[in-house]
Amino acid sequence: MIKYIAKRLLLMVPMLLGISLLTLLIMHLSPGDPTSLRYGLNPEVSGSARAQLKELYNLDKPFVVQYGCWLKRVVTLDFGRSFVDNRPVIDKIKERLPATLLLQISALLLIFSIAIPVGVLSAVKQNSFFDKVTTFLVFIGFATPTFWLALMLMRLFSFELEWFPVSGMSPWYAQYMSLPQRIGDILWHLVLPLVTLAFTGLASLSRYVRYSMLEVIRQDYIRTARAKGLAENRIIFKHALKNALLPVVTILGMTLPALIGGSFIFETIFAWPGMGRLGYMSIMQYDYPTVMGVGIISVFLTLLGILISDILYAAIDPRIRYE
Amino acid sequence: MSKKKDFRKKYAAVGLAVILVMFLIAVFANFIAPYDPEEINLAPGARLQAPSLKHLLGTDDLGRDVFSRMVYGARISLSVGFVAVGLSLIIGVTVGAIAGYFGGWVDILLMRIVEIIMCFPRIFLILMLIAFLGPNILIVMAVIGLTGWTGLARLVRAEFLSLKERDYVHAARALGAGDRRIIFRHILPNALSPVYVSAVLGVGGAILIESSLSFLGLGVQIPTPSWGNILTTGMHYIESAWWLMLFPGLAILITVLSYNLVGETLRDVLDPRLKGFNQK
Amino acid sequence: MKLKESKFFSSSSYTFKPSYIIEGMIMKTLFAITVSFLLFIFGFSFSFADDYGDAYVSGSLSDATILIPFLADDSASGGICGLVYNGLTKVDKDLKVVGDLAKSWEVSDDKLRIIFKLRENVIWQDGVEFTAEDVKFTFETILNPDNAVPYIASFQDIENIRVIDKHTIEFVYKKPYAPALLKLGMGIIPKHLFKGINIRDSKYARAPVGTGPYILDVWKTDQHMILNSYKDYFDGEPYISKYVERIIPDQAVQFLELITGGIDYMSLSPYQYKYRTETIKFNQRFNKYKYLAHQYTYIGYNLKDPMFSDKRVRQALSYAIDKEAIIEGVLMGLGEECSGPFIKNTYAYNDDVKKYPYDPDKARELLAEAGWEDTDADGILDKNGQPFSFKLITNQGNKQREDVATITQRNWQDIGIKVEVQTIAFVTFLKEFVDKRNFQALILGWTMPIDPDCYNVWHSETIKEGGLNFIGYNNPEVDKLIEAARGTYDISERAKCYQKIHALIAEEQPYTFLYFPYALPAVNKRFKGIVPAPAGISYDFINWHVPKAEQRYVF
Repeated sequence: MIKYIAKRLLLMVPMLLGISLLTLLIMHLSPGDPTSLRYGLNPEVSGSARAQLKELYNLDKPFVVQYGCWLKRVVTLDFGRSFVDNRPVIDKIKERLPATLLLQISALLLIFSIAIPVGVLSAVKQNSFFDKVTTFLVFIGFATPTFWLALMLMRLFSFELEWFPVSGMSPWYAQYMSLPQRIGDILWHLVLPLVTLAFTGLASLSRYVRYSMLEVIRQDYIRTARAKGLAENRIIFKHALKNALLPVVTILGMTLPALIGGSFIFETIFAWPGMGRLGYMSIMQYDYPTVMGVGIISVFLTLLGILISDILYAAIDPRIRYE
Repeated sequence: MSKKKDFRKKYAAVGLAVILVMFLIAVFANFIAPYDPEEINLAPGARLQAPSLKHLLGTDDLGRDVFSRMVYGARISLSVGFVAVGLSLIIGVTVGAIAGYFGGWVDILLMRIVEIIMCFPRIFLILMLIAFLGPNILIVMAVIGLTGWTGLARLVRAEFLSLKERDYVHAARALGAGDRRIIFRHILPNALSPVYVSAVLGVGGAILIESSLSFLGLGVQIPTPSWGNILTTGMHYIESAWWLMLFPGLAILITVLSYNLVGETLRDVLDPRLKGFNQK
Repeated sequence: MKLKESKFFSSSSYTFKPSYIIEGMIMKTLFAITVSFLLFIFGFSFSFADDYGDAYVSGSLSDATILIPFLADDSASGGICGLVYNGLTKVDKDLKVVGDLAKSWEVSDDKLRIIFKLRENVIWQDGVEFTAEDVKFTFETILNPDNAVPYIASFQDIENIRVIDKHTIEFVYKKPYAPALLKLGMGIIPKHLFKGINIRDSKYARAPVGTGPYILDVWKTDQHMILNSYKDYFDGEPYISKYVERIIPDQAVQFLELITGGIDYMSLSPYQYKYRTETIKFNQRFNKYKYLAHQYTYIGYNLKDPMFSDKRVRQALSYAIDKEAIIEGVLMGLGEECSGPFIKNTYAYNDDVKKYPYDPDKARELLAEAGWEDTDADGILDKNGQPFSFKLITNQGNKQREDVATITQRNWQDIGIKVEVQTIAFVTFLKEFVDKRNFQALILGWTMPIDPDCYNVWHSETIKEGGLNFIGYNNPEVDKLIEAARGTYDISERAKCYQKIHALIAEEQPYTFLYFPYALPAVNKRFKGIVPAPAGISYDFINWHVPKAEQRYVF
């Protein structure tokens, strides 16, 4: 098992090289020599921002040298200082990562816990009323613009009904609350963002489960089990389910970039203090060091997700050996 | 089997009808729209009118007719969808075909590139590129297209990998057909199922992305109407002018839904082996 | 369900009702008695005489970036710096210069020396005594080019700073500089903490120590900031115990927060002010205010572009714009017409300058005089075969400016000018278009300093790349007047200069001046002691208070 993980990690090295190359190329696409928003109308400072950028990315050196230096930064997670507030980029990201992870992981859990039963049931009861309704709902969810749903929910539940807070993750007075109160409060703030994410993100997974299940049901060994007269429930839950869910694990890794991507706009609307909002604001402010930092960290998270799902897959599927 | 899938075909038929209607609306926008979508009316009471017989979907904060703006907005959404997807198809099919057909290091290299791009959240790449290149409808189309081909390339590659070992391909090669001829005449026509499906689903995806970009002010430029920028105005009046939020959102939802229903059904019909997964 | 009302009490066994639900005096009194009884039970000491306590939660669109007064060049940072630091001087409610850390001052007859007498009872928030050395250190730091202080231009005429004694300091200027007293209101930083460190990278950039009424306690980036009142503040402890700033990046969402009690203060949009705050419910809970902001919005023409080099063309463009419709359309009427670059109703502003009321016929006439006519009958004016068509740009994300662009485009189209609007992300807008003078016409706004000195925007010296005179306005007469006005402390003399400048600029129309918007703050009614004045409402925040009975947050 350790060998397998080591091998997987080794395979990521070329990926890492490619990713850092791609980000550096994107840097070169940026207009002119960029300065930042706050230095915009202040000629005295813009010179220094330019110099800072040159130094940070070695823009005046040959490309190979630039790449070497950039790679070193990527590996050591040293992305320099933000143009906006002059703080180390990695500090800014560290501060934001928990909020994003909290939201994304709970969304992922919620999606899995809804999508799997829905997918399985609609496969087992193919063409039933349940299948029709859930298929339709899932499609609607997939077609709904996330930002729009977020705004509609905000208007209805936060403004009209005042059931949930309008925005943010925890109020400023959270520090004066007791721990259980604080946790409850965060959960309360999580409701609308989670509902939005889950409803719009449900489609891919539940469709996948449904297809996977349908395929398994048609397999020979299920037919054999049926022929042997085993109870239908037993067939479904004992034999089919396990095999159908195996490939679902691999989806985990692939769902991450979409989730993180969605958070760029989404977190801004809900004023969720996460990395997506940081990334969006940095892009709009041309805060290159932060943009690059957020990009690389998102990619790392994705790679990590893929790695975890591969390992999980290997761990639960007896057919895969670890060599 | 065919009877079992009836309800999904019904969905697909409705979807197809909606797509057609939207297409007609976009083409004949100037005949359908009752007002000039950019005509401002700042007279007292003319602004932010709720829906009425005179203004079916109300007016916005500059007194412009929302229905007319939605009708013209359909043009933008659809053209962005089609152009972007066209671009994705060209790149995706080319890359997939080359990788699958030639195999070896070409395949490895191309597939690594695809994997690397897939590791980036797509919207992040899009936002960054548009911010760097400046918002403009052509750039929006190009950027959506340029970031949307990776999944298709993989599917096409897989088709090519299996098709190129078929007997008829070997036969063609034995008869002296060149690579180009084999790719275009013999393999590609048989590898198009995933292309059709991706194309239809891709249009829906591209429309969604365009609407988010316009919502953020990074898409279509004012005063040209698009569903996304009507929504932006709606956001400013979130607690009051509900019609500015509701209708464009519904239009996006219904359009994207239709493309997805058609695409999924197409997938079932053309290639039941394909799994129901696509990235948003 | 709404636990937010109750959680500040040490015991959570009872709930504290928000004050706005209570109607009428009797209820209020009963309520007050109940609360005081409860407070008594729980061992709080209280008295109705002093309304200390509570928290003020303000909504802000963007977060601060750096809390060093002379490095803070965005309004969010500036606002917080104003609570944490003091300058030598400040402006009072009538925009007059008064002492802050300085008790008094004397200006020498040749206007080259200013001697400040400092307050003697000022203690830094870390307990160290404030002295003249701190003042000297602050301005020497500003003048050190290594620190790249954006405001350095306002201090460049300082020749020497001399500490006379612990509480007396002298500034020597190279030449008379009229805005000096105001500019010396820049926040003073403590020498004992900042000496010998790199200020921009130091921890104090995010954990400031000042002499001001509030001490920064918590700063969660892009979420909120909490400041506690400074008990030993030299002007007396502020009534309100906590100043909280919440970052909510959207005005519509801010309004939802205001209505649902999440914030106590926000700056309303004209639409919100006019149409969403007329309800009885709103007015029972909030006070709203309206006064002219020290800002104006304009359309600037690149004078290097031959299309705009003719004065008649620019005048025609101004005549063609329906400014009243813009004020009505964009600001719901909540703004005033602007004719020049000075704060309205001050001595610098000249009411009798050439105005450009909406007159499309006059605009057509002037354009015809300048040679622009529709010779090929395509609906667009042309001259020497060139159609009158140009690009109007503005920064993306500013709804008001986008609406101005939309209306203006329509107005100009009516007289046969074709305009393409482009909105561009703010940074690119400045960087690629403004800084490089790569534009034809643009919509922007200026916030005006209290002192009318307008060297940075209108003097020909600042045409060079990076300067703020990006339209390339060059009028030797205006240059001379700007310099003359800077060199005298005589208000009537300065008034003459600025009024003349105003008239000249109005005649030449290098900008089409559009409007001064109103500032439209809304504040929760429980805050008392707010007195609107020309300076706005927040100039004496330390005197705002909430009667004990109405206090919402108890710590």
